Amino acid sequence: MAKYITKRVLRSLVTMFIIITVLFALLRLMPIEGYFENYDKMSATQVQVKLQSLGLTDSLPKQLLRFYKQIFHGDLGESNVYRKGVAITEIIAEKIPISLKLGLISLAIALAVGLPLGVLMARSTRTRFKIGDRLGTVFIVLVQAMPSAVYHILIQFAGSQTYIGKEILGLPMLFDASNPKSYILPVISLSIGNIAYYAMWLRRYMVDESNKDYIRLARAKGVPNSKISFRHVFRNAFVPLVQYIPNSILFTLMGSLYVESLYSVPGMGGLLVTAIKRQDNTLVQALVLIYAVISILGLLFGDILMGIVDPRISFAKKEGSR
Amino acid sequence: MDDQNVILSIRDLNVKFTLRGQVLHAIRGVSLDVYQGESLAIVGESGSGKSVFVKCTMGLLDANGFIDSGSILYNGMDLTKFKTDKDWLKIRGREIAMVFQDPMTSLNPLKTIGKQIQEAVELHQGLRGKAAYDAVLEVLSDVGIDDPPRRYGQYPHEFSGGMRQRVVIAIAVACRPKILICDEPTTALDVTIQAQILELIKAMQKKYNLTTIYITHDLGVVANVADRIAVMYAGDIVELGKCDEVFYDPRHPYTWALLSSLPQLGVKDEPLYSIQGTPPNLFHEVKGDAFAPRNPKALKIDFVERPPFFEVTPTHYARTWLLDPRAPKVEPPEHVRVLREKGVNRVG
Repeated sequence: MAKYITKRVLRSLVTMFIIITVLFALLRLMPIEGYFENYDKMSATQVQVKLQSLGLTDSLPKQLLRFYKQIFHGDLGESNVYRKGVAITEIIAEKIPISLKLGLISLAIALAVGLPLGVLMARSTRTRFKIGDRLGTVFIVLVQAMPSAVYHILIQFAGSQTYIGKEILGLPMLFDASNPKSYILPVISLSIGNIAYYAMWLRRYMVDESNKDYIRLARAKGVPNSKISFRHVFRNAFVPLVQYIPNSILFTLMGSLYVESLYSVPGMGGLLVTAIKRQDNTLVQALVLIYAVISILGLLFGDILMGIVDPRISFAKKEGSR
Repeated sequence: MDDQNVILSIRDLNVKFTLRGQVLHAIRGVSLDVYQGESLAIVGESGSGKSVFVKCTMGLLDANGFIDSGSILYNGMDLTKFKTDKDWLKIRGREIAMVFQDPMTSLNPLKTIGKQIQEAVELHQGLRGKAAYDAVLEVLSDVGIDDPPRRYGQYPHEFSGGMRQRVVIAIAVACRPKILICDEPTTALDVTIQAQILELIKAMQKKYNLTTIYITHDLGVVANVADRIAVMYAGDIVELGKCDEVFYDPRHPYTWALLSSLPQLGVKDEPLYSIQGTPPNLFHEVKGDAFAPRNPKALKIDFVERPPFFEVTPTHYARTWLLDPRAPKVEPPEHVRVLREKGVNRVG
């Protein structure tokens, strides 16, 4: 196990190294105008001086080496356009907690609602009219088929503009960190997709499992249905979902572009798009680095967690041979 | 069968399935008594209803299947009256346990085999903790698994097919049932393992005083283990008798055909006998003898009226008009005559 993890971590580091290097090189191909606020009015010498001060006149390998060294010290550099001269770690440190808080709350709700919904739907498939399953499917199909922007707007509208939302519940339309009530609508918006996702897959895996022979054997040996549902069916159906949970948690760090701009949440959501648009190279570099780390860690944790819950997965053996 | 106590009595059982709006008549009025301590084999081809028949005794019919009429008497209870899962929990495992066909898929892949056996022990022997653990180790060594403490903590994927079937048998035995139903227990196994598993079931039957019901289409298995044989065709028992009676003195044309197609009885360089035609479509009501359309020597009455159960001996019955005193003499095929002579020699 330890060997497997070290191997995976080392491989992840190599992947990250490649991502950073390619990205760094690509950003250097961008026109230099982006580094200046009023490029047109500057003389050639001024430009040269500025570039030199940013360290952009050095040879590419030298710049790269400096960049690696910085990262190694936990320094992601300074923003040069978005918020000029402010350390990127500082910018992110303000934004991450907001996205993380909203994200974790909504993920917790998604699991707390989505998983029981999946269980109910799966159990309902064995009843005569399958009412629970049918209603659940309608919900899932609606959420999955509708562009998310549509239901986000619907939620915002229904929650803050209708009589019940506005007058009785008093829900504000926009997010305000100091007002707990303003969390409600963004959290609903963020969790609804995940609720549908987890319910859909859990239902599907549970129906799969409950048709398997070992469930028949469990019934034949006299295990009550409720225990079969939980001990055998749910437990086994949850295994394939476990893999995605670390990813879901880590991805909340990135925030949601659409929900955050809709409710004007000052989170991570739109940061990368803004940084790219305004050609804030150091910020782009830093954000892509963070996203890459998040994705790679998510996969790694997912695989490790999977190995813990599924005894058939062995870390000792070579990959590819089962 | 010194002991003639009936443990399970099935009377005129009719089972139907609804499939895409049509009704399939899977079991057509079957009656059968199972005696305490015997081992009964139900043989028949795929789709003859033998699995459905035993599933009825445990309430394990698929959702679209239902018992239309008839009764299943066990211990003073009529199992056909059972509606809820809770009713069936009185029977499943506790009274009747089952070994399934495919050991590769019969065990939960994510639970240790020890825990899976312990589940049965806790449910039916009422043991907890250390006592339950010890009971699991005991049953593991009973079914011939070496080093039970180590095996307890292993997962199904660490066992071979034969070993898994031993575990499945251990689970069934750990329930301490009165009746053990083995649904094609050796079909999925290697030929070399089959005999071992049959021996094991026999040993368990002796040790735990079980009544066993085998379901199989392998007459070789039957010859090895069964005291009595019930031959099933198209949802009906067409012949029922002691093992020797059915093998050496079969009376129903279907049993003749079945025995004739045994590879062991084939003559070298001669093509193997195979039964013509296909089993009847059970979506339509079967008229007369279900086997008649495939029987080249069928009588006219076979197509008109269903034959009753004729008694050959007090233990041997067959559902064929050939046993009616008015019926013309029809000789069984050559293979069966050879068998009959063998039987006479054996007895003599």
